[in-house]
Amino acid sequence: MYGGGGFLIPYLIMLIVEGMPLLFLELAVGQHMRQGSIGAWKTISPYLSGVGVASVVVSFFLSMYYNVINAWAFWYLFHSFQNPLPWAACPLNSNHTGYIEECEKASSTQYFWYRKTLNISPSIEENGSIQWEQAVCLILAWLTVYLCILRGTESTGKVVYLTASLPYLVLIIYLIKALTLHGAVNGLVYMFTPKLEQLANPKAWINAATQIFFSLGLGFGSLIAFASYNEPNNNCEKHAIIVSLINSTTSIFASIVTFSIYGFKATFNYENCLNKAMLLLTNAFDLEEGFLTADNLNHMKEQLMATHPNDYVELLPQIKNCSLEAELDTAVQGTGLAFIVYSEAIKNMEVSQLYSVLYFFMLLMLGIGSMLGNTAAILTPLTDSKFLSTHLPKEVISGIVCFINCIVGLTFTMEAGNYWFDIFNDYAATLSLLLIVLVEIIAVCYVYGLRRFEKDLHLMIGHKLSWYWKIMWAFASPLLIISLFIFYITDYILTGTLQYQAWDATQGHLVTKDYPSYALAVIGLLVASSTMCIPLGALAIFIKRRLKREHRSTVA
Amino acid sequence: MQECLRAETHEQEVLGCADILHSERMRGFLLLALSLVTTAHTEFCRPDSQNAFKVRLSIKTALGDNAYAWDASEEYLFKAMVAFAMRRYSSQKTTQISNVLLCNVTDRVSFWFVVTDSSKNATTVPRGEVEAAIRMTRNRINNAFLLNDKTMQFLKISSTLPPPTESSVPIWLVVFGVVLCLIVAGILFLIVSGIQQRKKKNKEPAETKNLEEKCEVTVTIENGMPCDTLNLKTGQINGGYEADDERFTPL
Repeated sequence: MYGGGGFLIPYLIMLIVEGMPLLFLELAVGQHMRQGSIGAWKTISPYLSGVGVASVVVSFFLSMYYNVINAWAFWYLFHSFQNPLPWAACPLNSNHTGYIEECEKASSTQYFWYRKTLNISPSIEENGSIQWEQAVCLILAWLTVYLCILRGTESTGKVVYLTASLPYLVLIIYLIKALTLHGAVNGLVYMFTPKLEQLANPKAWINAATQIFFSLGLGFGSLIAFASYNEPNNNCEKHAIIVSLINSTTSIFASIVTFSIYGFKATFNYENCLNKAMLLLTNAFDLEEGFLTADNLNHMKEQLMATHPNDYVELLPQIKNCSLEAELDTAVQGTGLAFIVYSEAIKNMEVSQLYSVLYFFMLLMLGIGSMLGNTAAILTPLTDSKFLSTHLPKEVISGIVCFINCIVGLTFTMEAGNYWFDIFNDYAATLSLLLIVLVEIIAVCYVYGLRRFEKDLHLMIGHKLSWYWKIMWAFASPLLIISLFIFYITDYILTGTLQYQAWDATQGHLVTKDYPSYALAVIGLLVASSTMCIPLGALAIFIKRRLKREHRSTVA
Repeated sequence: MQECLRAETHEQEVLGCADILHSERMRGFLLLALSLVTTAHTEFCRPDSQNAFKVRLSIKTALGDNAYAWDASEEYLFKAMVAFAMRRYSSQKTTQISNVLLCNVTDRVSFWFVVTDSSKNATTVPRGEVEAAIRMTRNRINNAFLLNDKTMQFLKISSTLPPPTESSVPIWLVVFGVVLCLIVAGILFLIVSGIQQRKKKNKEPAETKNLEEKCEVTVTIENGMPCDTLNLKTGQINGGYEADDERFTPL
């Protein structure tokens, strides 16, 4: 979801240094211990049972808010069956003399997203009521997820064949279409030119690392859960390399499509901006039609300024300086912006309904696929535990998990819901994932012992472990994660208070506001509840052992 | 006039002189009348005048290669259309083409126009009436010039935009209903089949006992083993001969 030219370099470096070694590690741990994340870490060392719990808590938070994206994808998908597309033009105001003001100030796609889809309130404090359309879409999304996980991980595996292969088909169709769009080349050039000042910014590296973690699913416990169902002698080293290569190839493929469409949208907007400026000048000075062109615009502007200085100065605030670079630079970040950018690009294509349906269907498949991994990460420890599995059949356990998540997810369908969604999106997983992965590596390398692990792997995969993995696990990956951690914390300390972007309906664009205190408390709670699991788990085991020892000594 | 004075002596030419004098006077009158009209013209049709409207046409944008040039004939057509609009609006008024005055025509193709009232001397028709008249027949005016509301702009006359077509049932609800029914049907099917499978599993241990009682009669047994196992290609190891392996000396 993060864009910007030159992102490729941090992404590829992070993949080789972090992604592949960590993926191999998690797969190996799951395959060897043959348990979900909680049980697996308990086996390595009882003091590490908190790591598994932290993974499950992070997965739980993720499943709470991630399905809202699927609800939005459903909403857009259902609205794609109309001609014209509802976000293509502004709706008329009450007396049919013009367009709705909010829509004029922003754009029709932004209006559709912020008003028609979210019905967003001006700030996080004003909660508003639950939007029934969104609530209903969310319930549908959870029903879809329940249908896929109903029978357990074995059946989920079959569904994943579908959710993983269909997006490729759609991507290929989009690639062919996107490369033929006017202005697509601009986007591709932008994507492949590295920007040195961006490389120096640690935020880009943190984003690349988070992106790798998210796309590979590291630290969530889902990989351990899936790997525990593998055969004991499955060659997980080969699989780790193949999976990460396929993942990165897909990401690059998807970003080629993304940036082609992005370039098309930026070029379209740039040409629109130029046309608007030309029209304004032509009307103001009553010049002949077609007199001003894109090439002579700047020259003519200077001439007009010289000949009619007063009138030109009056016009100056209305004439925006059009720049293709500025259009390409508008940060592609956040889920909402992705919906806006793509719906805007799609509305300008011919046969836009077809492309819209394809695109949102693909988004839905990808989203459901991610949700399946998440819920598997939550359900595997639950079904592993003897207590629950004897009393309740697995359909009921899955149903209860889906139901609880759905009820909590309804808070994201309120008018201020998107602000809470952004809180969860930014803070629920990022810091906790880094910590969990760091503890995982240190646990396997230093607590369990690298040599012991090496011997176990030799038994499983049949050949000796290459020195590359050993160096990565022992030194490179932990160092990198620790440095990312430090950057993250210093960045937070430097910026001071946390802020968010709120939609101002009267002005038609986003404004920055400070979080109120209770929102900051929720953020703190989110980060603390997953990260504190690790030390608390260790503490709990420690206390338990002390009590047992004392009990034994008193008995003896 | 000087030639006329020289010819005063001849009686015949006195009458001719009077004619010339008369035509001169007529010319003077005409000149005066024309100047009055032109001053009236400039007086009424002025940019930002009270009852004047600015019109802006974008012919090249609308028609591209088929664009026509804006000349005096097109202006005449425009005057005719405005007169037509005024006549349509209030049937009592008989607006003539000469009542519509155009001025300040630019290369953009934009100009100002004003409608004078011939019944009341030296006045222009109020703004509201002209606006209402044009709005009523806007479509006809647009079509006469092969333009639309956007390419033929009457500044300060707002146009009514066409209402969007809305169906009675929102389409998205229909698609939503279909998908919802499919998914709920899938879930129910899986749950029911899961319950049925579990029931079968519970019944199986009880059923297999019954089956064994029935099958004992049909299964042929030789030497304590059912015959079907001997059909396997791998054969069966006879425990009785195992110990004899030691008889043969190893190579």
